[in-house]
Amino acid sequence: MTTTVATAEKPARTGRAALPPALRKARRRSAGLGLLAWLVGIAFFLPVAWMVLTSLHAETDAAANPPAVAASLTLDGYRTFFGSGGGPSPWPALLNSLMASVFSTVLVLALALPAAYALSIRRVQRWTDVLFFFLSTKMLPVVAGLLPIYLFAKNTGMLDNIWLLVLLYTSMNLPIAVWMLQSFLADIPVSIVEAAQIDGAKLTTVLTRVIAPVAGPGIAATSLICFIFSWNEMLFARVLTGVTAETAPVFLTRFITSQGLFLAQVCAASVVISLPVLAAGFAAQDKLVQGLSLGAVK
Amino acid sequence: MSTPTAVRTERPAPRSGRPAPRRPGRGARAWATRAPLLPALVFLIAVTQLPFVATLVISLFDWNSLRPDDRSFTGLDNYSQVASDEGLRESVVTTAVLTAAVVLVSVVLGLLIALLLDRTFPGRGVVRTLLIAPFLLVPVAAALLWKHALYNPEYGLFNGALTWVAELFGDDTPPQPDWVSDMPLIAVEAALIWQWTPFMMLILLAGLQSRPTEMVEAARLDGATSFQIFRYLTLPHLRRYLELGVLLGSVYIVQNFDAVFTITSGGLGTANLPYTIYQTFYQAHEYGLASAAGVLVVIGSIVIATFALRVVSSLFREEVSRA
Repeated sequence: MTTTVATAEKPARTGRAALPPALRKARRRSAGLGLLAWLVGIAFFLPVAWMVLTSLHAETDAAANPPAVAASLTLDGYRTFFGSGGGPSPWPALLNSLMASVFSTVLVLALALPAAYALSIRRVQRWTDVLFFFLSTKMLPVVAGLLPIYLFAKNTGMLDNIWLLVLLYTSMNLPIAVWMLQSFLADIPVSIVEAAQIDGAKLTTVLTRVIAPVAGPGIAATSLICFIFSWNEMLFARVLTGVTAETAPVFLTRFITSQGLFLAQVCAASVVISLPVLAAGFAAQDKLVQGLSLGAVK
Repeated sequence: MSTPTAVRTERPAPRSGRPAPRRPGRGARAWATRAPLLPALVFLIAVTQLPFVATLVISLFDWNSLRPDDRSFTGLDNYSQVASDEGLRESVVTTAVLTAAVVLVSVVLGLLIALLLDRTFPGRGVVRTLLIAPFLLVPVAAALLWKHALYNPEYGLFNGALTWVAELFGDDTPPQPDWVSDMPLIAVEAALIWQWTPFMMLILLAGLQSRPTEMVEAARLDGATSFQIFRYLTLPHLRRYLELGVLLGSVYIVQNFDAVFTITSGGLGTANLPYTIYQTFYQAHEYGLASAAGVLVVIGSIVIATFALRVVSSLFREEVSRA
């Protein structure tokens, strides 16, 4: 298949003495550059680490200046976030986010897989034009269509309904999914599809036994990206949901205004809400690259 | 989609081995080929294109939702109001400045970091993981983190660090700038650059790793300096990946709402177009005006998108021809 191993080793050369001086000099310099890379990595991660540390501090330590780095740790911020202090419980919002993200990802795949098939395996005419139409919808600013959607939802009683978000998130991610899946399916050698057909396999058999196994990793990458974008979305969710269907990012913004600002709690809330995406993204770094580049980088 | 026009010259040749597109007129079979495409196409047109048509219609009315009975057709009146509106004109400039600054700085930083990570050193995988963390934070959470945990003048990490450093030197009155009020746009940009640099780095690193290493080694043995290798081998190879990063980054950053909404609430000259439109209908309830502004933004986007799509299609054609 096409997954690059990101940490592809350059062919190791042995025998230092045999190296020309130019290469030896380059080696020496690379130790310093490795250190620099570590420093840059730590610098970028520092705010995230600070968020986690602050979330584990008492509010008084969180608001200390200079920062109380070594203050004793506590889970109070998390306890308050999960509603032990009588505040609103985040569980409904987390569940709404999960449902909206999962359902819309499933719907995206259901719509995008057949479309990608028609754009890669059995190509329709002018398939490139169709592909670019899909991509062009992604370039229009969503905010310009928000008002009619809001009015439509208000008049049909769809406001504050998770299914409206599912529909919108599906339309938001469908172009990306079609592009990605198209590029993954196009990698499947035609010969194996034809060979199966010559052997008398039905279309369903070809799809499930030949194409699905080869395209599996690509489908996984696509699902991951769609899930992340849906989980992160805030503008639609904020305008179109109220109490019942509010998602985690909206809960996060309201949580602050309702409680006043308690830094440790805010950080705890941010950690909890970011955790699913962080975990998924760390676990599937290569898939992330493929997905973010619409399948162009493999 | 159904009636093919003359074959356009820039259409990529179908890959050898692919069944050639069928001629229409063998009706049933052509439709069987098209059928899998239709659900996605119909869904997308219904959910994304229809609202824009509705926006276009609403933009021709004088409509404030606080006075629903006063709705009247005004033609292009909203457009002249929008064009003469100082706030909206400013938000166009803000959007351009914000997008350009974030995309350019992210690409340059991303390229430098990708070059660092393109060499083997102990713990390279760990460093890459540390680097992508900012991109994986939920955008609202990232914006809150910057606003409250880093920028806050009383207890944010930045001023905390300044206090700590000053104390080392025995200074009891360290500078404690109020970051967001002193430099609002830069504050928003910094938070976004922190989030998007890893994204650019990932794409460019993938580009670097698809580079043929033999060529670089050969050039080095021939006595080429590192800079020459970068300028004449690496950069041309990365061009496609740079274009892809700029394009995708622009698409998302132009539409950024979360950071502006969270860090500055659009105040202090940081209101970009998405935020301004949101405010016009959500707080000012001026449906007609908001729609007119929306239509103008769409027109602007189409102009930019046409250019951007051309970039993608050149990439795409290379992909197709290489396959």
